[in-house]
Amino acid sequence: MLLTGNDKMPDVCVLLIEGTNCEKETQEAFSGVGLDAELVHLKQLLGDCERQRKRRLSDYGMLMLPGGWSAGDYIRAGAIFAARMKSKLGDELKDFVESGNLVLGVCNGFQILTEMGLLPAFKGISDVPTASLTNNLSSCFQCRPTYIKHVNKTPLTGKLDLGDVIQVPVAHAEGRFTFGEKQDMMLKQLIENNQIVFRYCRVDGSEAQEIYPWNPNGSIYDIAGICNPERNVLGLMPHPERVINRLQMTDWTRKDNGDAGDGRVVFESIAGYLKAIV
Amino acid sequence: MQYSLEVRIELKKGVIDAEGETVKKTLNLLGYEVEGVNTVSVYVIRLSAESEEEAMEKMDEAARRLLANPVIQNYSISAVK
Repeated sequence: MLLTGNDKMPDVCVLLIEGTNCEKETQEAFSGVGLDAELVHLKQLLGDCERQRKRRLSDYGMLMLPGGWSAGDYIRAGAIFAARMKSKLGDELKDFVESGNLVLGVCNGFQILTEMGLLPAFKGISDVPTASLTNNLSSCFQCRPTYIKHVNKTPLTGKLDLGDVIQVPVAHAEGRFTFGEKQDMMLKQLIENNQIVFRYCRVDGSEAQEIYPWNPNGSIYDIAGICNPERNVLGLMPHPERVINRLQMTDWTRKDNGDAGDGRVVFESIAGYLKAIV
Repeated sequence: MQYSLEVRIELKKGVIDAEGETVKKTLNLLGYEVEGVNTVSVYVIRLSAESEEEAMEKMDEAARRLLANPVIQNYSISAVK
């Protein structure tokens, strides 16, 4: 899409590089709730393209990092996308986040946010990662529906009540959240800061207790999604953009919750928040 | 001068090596009585520098910035002769 100076900028920047592959359904999910999302290649933000295609992050109300296999998941999932962003976009991104703009990373996007030090960011954005999303304990790619419980509110999940359980699929090989050697101390801080937003659970909402397949990857404390202390950056492994319509739910013949799939509420929350602050 | 360095990345002690565990189980199934398997990644990097020490320093920084995640991984660098 080419924009002229008079055009309104889209609400959301859906950022991608080679290997990102969930951008189209993510864009559709935003448009389904009335938000205009533009697919933007990282080179467009870095100015490494023809003039008409150049974009500035500050022109958007939100940054979305969709799922996929950016840069082939080489080194570690998300590491190369994160390094490319940090190398030339670091200050702009820092300003964007510290100004309170929304950032959502799903699956590979969550891995990128963690590698970039934007999550968990206990003391602001960190230069080196302070957490990791590493290989699933099963050592297998996990593609399955999961149940996740909303345990702390953020602007990106405002239309969910605390304790709500939604069914959202995961599809990843590296989704096991860990703090490594500092696990106990860091997990305590994450809990105390109310930074855990979603936890894997059983169908009835009871704890998964780190047991497979309810917890599909072995994440500590059944962590499925976390936010930063300021609550405007959210990363989650499950894919809400894949369950926008009821027909995408595994139990669509058994439940009648209207036309919406369980993931739609995340995008509705974002739309509600962005429209309220305009 | 051009130097060739080997950057070795391995999981820290105590971090579960899911891939290593799977390989161990499979080797056991095939009848090999192995007691443990650890996976490591090795990057062989060629670069120009004034000295081997400078080359090492550069790659030490690179390892911290990209090749290893300090939360779960250790790294070591050695010259390839």
